[in-house]
Amino acid sequence: MTDAELLQYTRDTGDFSRMLSSIPYARFIGLECDRFGDDLIFRLPRKQQNLGNPILPAIHGGVIGGFMELSAAFYLMMSQETPRMPRIVDFSLDYLRAGLDRETYAECRLTRQGNRVANVMITAWQKSRSQPIATARAHFLIEG
Amino acid sequence: MNDDTRRDRVTRFIETLNQARELGLSVEDAKEGELVLCLPYSDRIIGNPETGVIHGGAITTLMDTASGSVIICALDEFELCPTLDLRVDYMRPAEPRKPVYARAETYKVTRNIIFTRCQAYQEGGETIANCVGTFMRIGKEATPKGYRDLITGGEV
Repeated sequence: MTDAELLQYTRDTGDFSRMLSSIPYARFIGLECDRFGDDLIFRLPRKQQNLGNPILPAIHGGVIGGFMELSAAFYLMMSQETPRMPRIVDFSLDYLRAGLDRETYAECRLTRQGNRVANVMITAWQKSRSQPIATARAHFLIEG
Repeated sequence: MNDDTRRDRVTRFIETLNQARELGLSVEDAKEGELVLCLPYSDRIIGNPETGVIHGGAITTLMDTASGSVIICALDEFELCPTLDLRVDYMRPAEPRKPVYARAETYKVTRNIIFTRCQAYQEGGETIANCVGTFMRIGKEATPKGYRDLITGGEV
């Protein structure tokens, strides 16, 4: 399958597994994605290898960052015509609560799409969406 | 505390972090308030299969770990400091099949907050990413003694 076919397949079926498994880093942290209507919910299942702080224990802050960053890139790619991964310019991440050793979710919102740059907000939570563990904002370069 | 002690403490600390072990992070250099970590190249962390460039998330983890661990090189006593925020600017993609280094420093230590700066780069190359972070001091008592002893090797 070409990238364009893969994007079309994912859009048609809502099955993200093929597309995600084509990205080694997505497999490395175990990123998954589900579609509900038009909404995408990204999921990071529990994984021993993703832990940082062994006392709590808690997911490594960098993994939470990588999870949110990759979610935002996928979210943006799904909203574009071309199947190109957008290039990240910057990423600003606020940690609000410890990410405990449990499944984590993320959703993204396109705040502003310009001709060349897109601004995406990302929220990550575990137990309840009303208690986010982290929020982030990213800028991406869109290449035509 | 001398630089060997700093290196030993950081090495023991990152060995307790599953994800840091998984990425194969290692200590290159440790000085007072300054630390260099190394992220080896691996096919498993590629973000773009066409080019072999590693994903920004792995660099974020490298920089978060370096920024959090440099605190060990700045304080005499070990205390765990949770990350409040990180801001990462990506200058250029990392060159494939080469390790990435992160040099972190604490540029301001206060009673409640530690401010860090970190630069990711490759051998002889230009900056890949810059990162600033803030960490909260919750006091050494917030960390169990057994874990503190594990990091310090039992020395005070």
